[in-house]
Amino acid sequence: MPRATIASFQIERLEILGPQGEVDAELLPDLSDSQFLRLYELLVLTRLADERALNLQREGRLGTFPSSLGQEAAQVGSGFALKSQDWVFPSFRELGVFLCLDYPLSSYYRYWAGDERGLLCPPELNIFPINIAVGTHLLHAAGVALGARYRQEMLVAVPYLGDGGTSKGDFYEALNMAGVYQLPLVAICQNNQWAISVSRQHQTAAQTLAQKAVACGIRGIQVDGNDVLAVYQATREALERARNGGGPTLIECETCRMSDHTTADDARRYRDPAELERWQARDPLLRMQRFLESRGLWVASEQAEREAALKQSVDEAVVAAEAVEPPQVADMFTYTCAELSSRQRQQLKEAEDGRT
Amino acid sequence: MAVLNLVQAINQGLQQALAEDDRVLVFGEDVAANGGVFRVTENLHQEFGEKRVFDTPLAESGIVGMAVGLAAYGLRPVAEIQFVGFTYAAMDQIYTHAARIRARSRGRFTCPLVIRSPYGGGIKAPELHEASCEAFFCHMPGIKVVVPSTPQNAKGLLLAAIADPDPVIYLEPTRLYRLLKEEVPEEPYLTPLGKARIAREGERVTILAWGSMLEVVLRAAADYDVEIVDLQTLSPFDRETILASVRKTGRVLIVQEAPKTCGFGAELAATIAEEEIMSLKAPIRRVTGYDVVAPLPLLENYNLPSLERIRAALDDLLRY
Repeated sequence: MPRATIASFQIERLEILGPQGEVDAELLPDLSDSQFLRLYELLVLTRLADERALNLQREGRLGTFPSSLGQEAAQVGSGFALKSQDWVFPSFRELGVFLCLDYPLSSYYRYWAGDERGLLCPPELNIFPINIAVGTHLLHAAGVALGARYRQEMLVAVPYLGDGGTSKGDFYEALNMAGVYQLPLVAICQNNQWAISVSRQHQTAAQTLAQKAVACGIRGIQVDGNDVLAVYQATREALERARNGGGPTLIECETCRMSDHTTADDARRYRDPAELERWQARDPLLRMQRFLESRGLWVASEQAEREAALKQSVDEAVVAAEAVEPPQVADMFTYTCAELSSRQRQQLKEAEDGRT
Repeated sequence: MAVLNLVQAINQGLQQALAEDDRVLVFGEDVAANGGVFRVTENLHQEFGEKRVFDTPLAESGIVGMAVGLAAYGLRPVAEIQFVGFTYAAMDQIYTHAARIRARSRGRFTCPLVIRSPYGGGIKAPELHEASCEAFFCHMPGIKVVVPSTPQNAKGLLLAAIADPDPVIYLEPTRLYRLLKEEVPEEPYLTPLGKARIAREGERVTILAWGSMLEVVLRAAADYDVEIVDLQTLSPFDRETILASVRKTGRVLIVQEAPKTCGFGAELAATIAEEEIMSLKAPIRRVTGYDVVAPLPLLENYNLPSLERIRAALDDLLRY
């Protein structure tokens, strides 16, 4: 047989929640009513905290900010499946994941206001600092996963990236390492269709991003990224598999960035408004709300009260963020290395004395 | 004490670090069964097994990036990059992450990793196998840069690098690997980072050098009354020892293999000019590689600092 197919692959897509909130009962995750409600609450909280950040930015109280609008389900669905011992490696658009893990929102705001102290992760969590260098942090997740296996700790390393990140060499190097060493790693790709102004179609000729896992010999799956239940289920399955020695997974959450790239961007320069209208119909919050309504868990008259409570917590975070004393000049030096050189000590003295 | 060459001294250091501390992991391309292309990791895989000493896929950025994760997790990764010219593929991980994780996380995560790499010219190797790019690493605060020059300091500096709480680039002068042999203490010991070593005491000129240039300088200056300072650590460099020697001699010759412009010698010259110019009897001189793309073996000797160029510079300095 001079020519024969020696390998073939299929990519699965998971959808659970329909546009009108209808569900495939067989696929429905076994969550309690209060957990379904909590998922919805986290979706709303993410949107409110995001909206608030945009307002703060316009008022000059935050710096450049990347909005999560439209991507709440991809973030909350995956974040809700994590366990506290897992290590998370965010990129820069994962507000919902931080909120799922109870990371202080005030710290998150402080970081985007230009204060590094906002990235100081509370000791009970293992969230790596926000990573700006696209796609490079998957390797850190691979390192932690390798270390965890060496130490026989039952944790999973979970890096987040976007569609643009899948074009980077480090993305491939990390998934390849994860495959070679069969690491407990679950990469969550929020395919939001845009890397600033470059569309998903211009990012790769591959039909799906999930199939990039195939070349690394690892599992890849695409999920409806605006379906919080599908994202949750896919993440939970992948985490369980990884935790039990079943190896890594790449999860592509197909969603849409409904905002500009950041507050410094204007997507009207490159994006057809009709695209937003199409995605608007798949709004992740609305779908979950309809699902809850169909189960008698959501009542229109209670919505305002629920939102008011969440808004209150956002307000408190803003107050807490802005009440913090400004950082010290010495902090620049303190965190550069464990022990300063004689030159650094001299420079610190100069900086503190205001001399050059 | 056993007489060891540089390869054996580093191998012994790695063996002792692995034996003493189960956080130490050694990995890179061809470091396991093959023992590294220069045999620096010979027998370590056999002794410590696959979990402690292992091969990686051929991916330099991947090796360093994974090391960053391992270090932040609390282990002590010692990664080998097969030749320093291949670290360019990992510069993003070194600059963007290894150097910055401590600052970015406000001290929650640190990066105690060592990147070992054969470095420098004079071994008649293919392109990119002989790079002298130490200055790249020295321009990034948060990273230490160490260059041994003898079997003794190779072992002590390696163990100090592994013990250090921050990332260390450990550059192994390839030309010296089997050229130098000396007695090396059997027990583990630390040669402190950030400290220079007076390789030879003298009165009339201070010669500043590191790595494989030490051996060249010692030969070139055999008949001169010079003080030879072996920097050992380039970042942070030992300003006090250097300036004390300059005060003593009043003349400075810097010898580096790398190109002249923006080389590490420029930082030394600037520091001396800034802080000790009143002690100088003569201009600071540099003998360096030229500002050219490093040539292949047929032209290599024209580029590397030679005994003749070093002696001519010394003669010139002594005329003042």
